[in-house]
Amino acid sequence: MTTKSAIPWKMESQRSYFAKALIELGERDADVVVVGGDTTESVKTLEFGKKFPDRLFNVGISEQNMVSIAAGLAAAGKIAFASTYAVFGIAHTYNVIRQNIAYTKLPVKLFCSHTGISVGPDGATHQLNEDIGLMRGLPNMTVLVPADGPQTAKCVHAAAAWKGPVYCRFSRANFPTVTSLEDPFTIGPTYAMRDGSDVTLAACGVMVSRCLQAADELDGMGVSARVLNVPTVKPMDTAMILKAARETGALVTAEEHTVVHGLGSAIAAAITKDYPVPVEIVGIEDVFGESGEAFELMDKYGLTAANVVEAARRAMKRRGRKVGH
Amino acid sequence: MVEVSDAKIRQLEEKARLLRRHILKMTHQVQSGHPGGSMSACDIVTALYFHVLRVDPENPMWPDRDRFVISKGHACPVLYAALAERGFFPVSELMTFRRINSRLQGHPEYGTTPGVENAAGAEGQGLSFSVGLGLAARLDRKAWRVYCLLGDGEQDVGQTWEAALAGAKYHLDNLTAIIDRNGIQQEGRTEEIMPLEPLADKWRAFGWNVLTINGHDMRQIIEEIDEAHAHKGQPSVIIAKTTKGKGVSFMENVVRYHGAATSDEELQRALAELDEEVP
Repeated sequence: MTTKSAIPWKMESQRSYFAKALIELGERDADVVVVGGDTTESVKTLEFGKKFPDRLFNVGISEQNMVSIAAGLAAAGKIAFASTYAVFGIAHTYNVIRQNIAYTKLPVKLFCSHTGISVGPDGATHQLNEDIGLMRGLPNMTVLVPADGPQTAKCVHAAAAWKGPVYCRFSRANFPTVTSLEDPFTIGPTYAMRDGSDVTLAACGVMVSRCLQAADELDGMGVSARVLNVPTVKPMDTAMILKAARETGALVTAEEHTVVHGLGSAIAAAITKDYPVPVEIVGIEDVFGESGEAFELMDKYGLTAANVVEAARRAMKRRGRKVGH
Repeated sequence: MVEVSDAKIRQLEEKARLLRRHILKMTHQVQSGHPGGSMSACDIVTALYFHVLRVDPENPMWPDRDRFVISKGHACPVLYAALAERGFFPVSELMTFRRINSRLQGHPEYGTTPGVENAAGAEGQGLSFSVGLGLAARLDRKAWRVYCLLGDGEQDVGQTWEAALAGAKYHLDNLTAIIDRNGIQQEGRTEEIMPLEPLADKWRAFGWNVLTINGHDMRQIIEEIDEAHAHKGQPSVIIAKTTKGKGVSFMENVVRYHGAATSDEELQRALAELDEEVP
């Protein structure tokens, strides 16, 4: 655990780590198969397909088909990945995922890129800000939101070994690499990235790096902020969250996702039940996005380190009115 | 092709009548469920479970078994009846259909009911699932085959045609789709709700080997399934012309029996009709 974040970070592609990990997996296990939907070059499953041509099935623009085919492959014992843009693979296919994967508990691995507003110039039709909520609402579904490239690679390997359905979301944009391939990773735990005692910043995806930045800024104001990386949004490591609530007394959650039903809601629900302290949720408000560059959009829609700092100050202020121990 | 004796055909026809009686009793005891589409598919399902499919009731998850995927999930009474009579679970359990704490859900649940190969209920997903199974069998160089039972109402669903495209792309000759073409969906005649004809031409244009049969002629069902096996390089679809509610005179071709159980009095009349035919 570092006490200071190592800014500036390397900016890297989660998709590249995803592709490389899939190939490693494919080399190790002949049962690994991938189903794609006319986006195989973009999400980089084509690299797997070049290596193992008979194990990549590109079924065109038919994502419902893609999901059910992956389920059929899994039912026959294959380690089946299905991968495309989240708006197609998750939003367009919800009831197919529900019936063929979540209800059946078939161990399909849905790995979708192009999540969140950082999709950028393609605009609102392509920016899925609702996927964490959609997937965490499904019984039996495990939901992973890796912080960066190395953690995406870890998710590929962990998901392959996982017995049930998995959804993993990652980004189109290159984002700061804040973890390393040497760091431990399993499905379940929340990882402390930085210790602190005044407030906790709990984040997933790209917002982990934003929270590390925010912690630096808060440090300059004399505030000691703990940073938690929550790559497993479901099932949530509530023990680690509650420990942070007890020890710091105020929480900020941060995600590149709607505030309506994502990480923040999950954490707030856990906190409310067992140890209510002020929780401030940083995310995209209940609106659609628009075209723009990834980082412009993240600024405009409230996903900056400054937004996290402001939320931390609000949470700490509210702590004065917090219900007791 | 192995010649099937007349005695064997008669035995299968008798089995189908037994399954029809189960369907009526199962839906009657709970006063819900879908008898009409279960009875239209009954002869097809009987042929599969009592003649065609290589399955082992003692070992339902036997890796080399043939797979029967029921895409028209609402017709699960016929599947449950066949599985019970085939020995996958006790026949007495059929009377728990749709009741609380039962393994026999209103629409099929995967992983709970021995012998059930897929979850279905939301229409139009089963053929894609079957394509996935067929691809897996081929990757593993296994001889097991996949049979998928579709309703004609499911021909309205876009995903059915997505699966049709994929089956043709991958030349899945280990996959046989069977369409229970009874001509009636929940709210009326298929040709009024959403016209499907010329259905065979559509499937042919999608690259499938198309066979058209009388779905209540046991010998024809068996022979045409054999014919589909023999066809290489393409998946096959058997369009089985059937009658909704087949086997009970007052239920045949009546839209209402898509999703309505019989009354006490109707059940007795229906059973009498089916029993009378038992030699």
